[in-house]
Amino acid sequence: MAKVIIYPTNSLILSDMVERFGHEPLAMMEKIKKIINTVGVDSPPLNITPEEPKRGLKYAAVEVPAGVRGRMALIGPMIELAEAGIIVGDSSISFGCMGCARTNELTKFLIREKGIPILEIKYPRTEEEGQDFVYKIAEFLKSLPSGSDEE
Amino acid sequence: MSDKGNPVLIALVSCGSEYAGVQSELEKAASTLNAKLVYPEMDVATLDTIGMEFGLEVASPDLRLMMARAKAVVEGVAKVDGVFVTSCFRCAEAAIVRNELRRYIFEESGLPVISYSFTERTTAATLLTRLEALTTIARRKHLLARTKQTGITAGIDSGSTTTKAVVMKDNEIVGEGWVPTIKVLESAETALQQALDQSGLKTEDIQAIGTTGYGRFLIGEHFKADLVQEEITMNSKGAVYLADQQKGPATVIDIGGMDNKAISVQDGIPGMFTMGGICAGASGRFLEMTAKRLGVEITDLGDLAIKGMGENVEMNSYCIVFGIQSLVNSLAKGSSPEDVAAAACHSVVEQIFEQQLQEVEVKEPLILVGGSSLIAGVPKALGDLLKIDVIVPPHSQLIGAVGAALLASGYVSE
Repeated sequence: MAKVIIYPTNSLILSDMVERFGHEPLAMMEKIKKIINTVGVDSPPLNITPEEPKRGLKYAAVEVPAGVRGRMALIGPMIELAEAGIIVGDSSISFGCMGCARTNELTKFLIREKGIPILEIKYPRTEEEGQDFVYKIAEFLKSLPSGSDEE
Repeated sequence: MSDKGNPVLIALVSCGSEYAGVQSELEKAASTLNAKLVYPEMDVATLDTIGMEFGLEVASPDLRLMMARAKAVVEGVAKVDGVFVTSCFRCAEAAIVRNELRRYIFEESGLPVISYSFTERTTAATLLTRLEALTTIARRKHLLARTKQTGITAGIDSGSTTTKAVVMKDNEIVGEGWVPTIKVLESAETALQQALDQSGLKTEDIQAIGTTGYGRFLIGEHFKADLVQEEITMNSKGAVYLADQQKGPATVIDIGGMDNKAISVQDGIPGMFTMGGICAGASGRFLEMTAKRLGVEITDLGDLAIKGMGENVEMNSYCIVFGIQSLVNSLAKGSSPEDVAAAACHSVVEQIFEQQLQEVEVKEPLILVGGSSLIAGVPKALGDLLKIDVIVPPHSQLIGAVGAALLASGYVSE
């Protein structure tokens, strides 16, 4: 099983596909679930406190807006754990959306820079493209090593 | 501070505030004022088309979300009393969207709008004055419509540097007091006593009191004030009253001791406004430091500046430390005190122009108020920069106190 970072990081479809092929998706939903369930932190809606943008300084300098650093405080550690990545380009907002273009740029850069196996694929616009899209992702996921969790 | 009754509904049109650690501060400030932040609903499909529809193609989906929410406000899909437009500080893309949305919402809906760019360090206290002004405009429109003072009322403006007080009777200022703010309560008492002495009236003659400024809550409680109100509302009311510009549009620029405000006013009611306060270089404190360095009284700095040519002095920074250093260097190189005084006035005004007036539509008449307006070089520098006539009304340093006394008289009639 490989830890696979997905982009958009909150894409339910991508996350589900990764899971179906026996790997662990690294996705925002899990991350958000964890922080909103953190006992003792009361900062709705996401429980992000001023500490997160400070933690985000690990990934982006202080002149980068707080909203980017706050997001990076969640995404950055996931990228660090990633053993593979799937980046879907030009996707529709309903497929998954990170909200901030600067965060998107930095996220994709950090995934690419990591030197892990990556599938970069365009979001499909026709049924035919859709089938090809699913096929390519499936092949990529099948190519990833299984059993890293047993090491 | 919080008004009872139905909460004021404020549409939060924001990008990333929930990721920047400031959301809870926004909520905290709103609940203090009995306001409720609401998120205008829109169809998610509009996010794909709103950029082209609005004419502003941006890469960030959250900025498109802001546009869609602004549209929902303007079209009345979301029923709100005011709008708070906010995005991350230092994001150029968001700054463009924020400014255009503010203008769009204000012009198309007439709702009061404020905008602010936050960092993770933005606290509820910083947001409070801005949100308080927004809720006041929404909640107390009838009070703000008051154009004449009636009865005997007092207004006290407890500012960061000085405390001002006026006593008004039958639409006339009959006494005024102006003292440095040292101990907030004592300074307020002294200023009020000065005003009472000048008016020949006694404390018990006062029928209603209004307070404003940084110390408004403390002195409001002490004097059992009828009206305790932030300075955006009070100052703009006082400014248009004193300048006799109560009808139609006006722009009020208030350069105070610690911060400054640029307020776009319509019929005496603030619409768009910005409030500085991060940099002392754009405040009266910069002029105080310059006067000290030149060895003149702050009151004489303006006359000195009028005689000088600011262009003769090279200033490398607006900063209160490095800017003053530039002025000192110029003096050492032989610049005249007149030129240095003029350069200092120009520096303050230029910074306000660059940082605040870009966000507020400057409509004439332009009314300059606050202690710094009395330094003649400041209105001159502002007029030169904007190429328009600048009005400095009589008692221009007392606008907050006058606005407070004027609006407090609403409680006399009631």
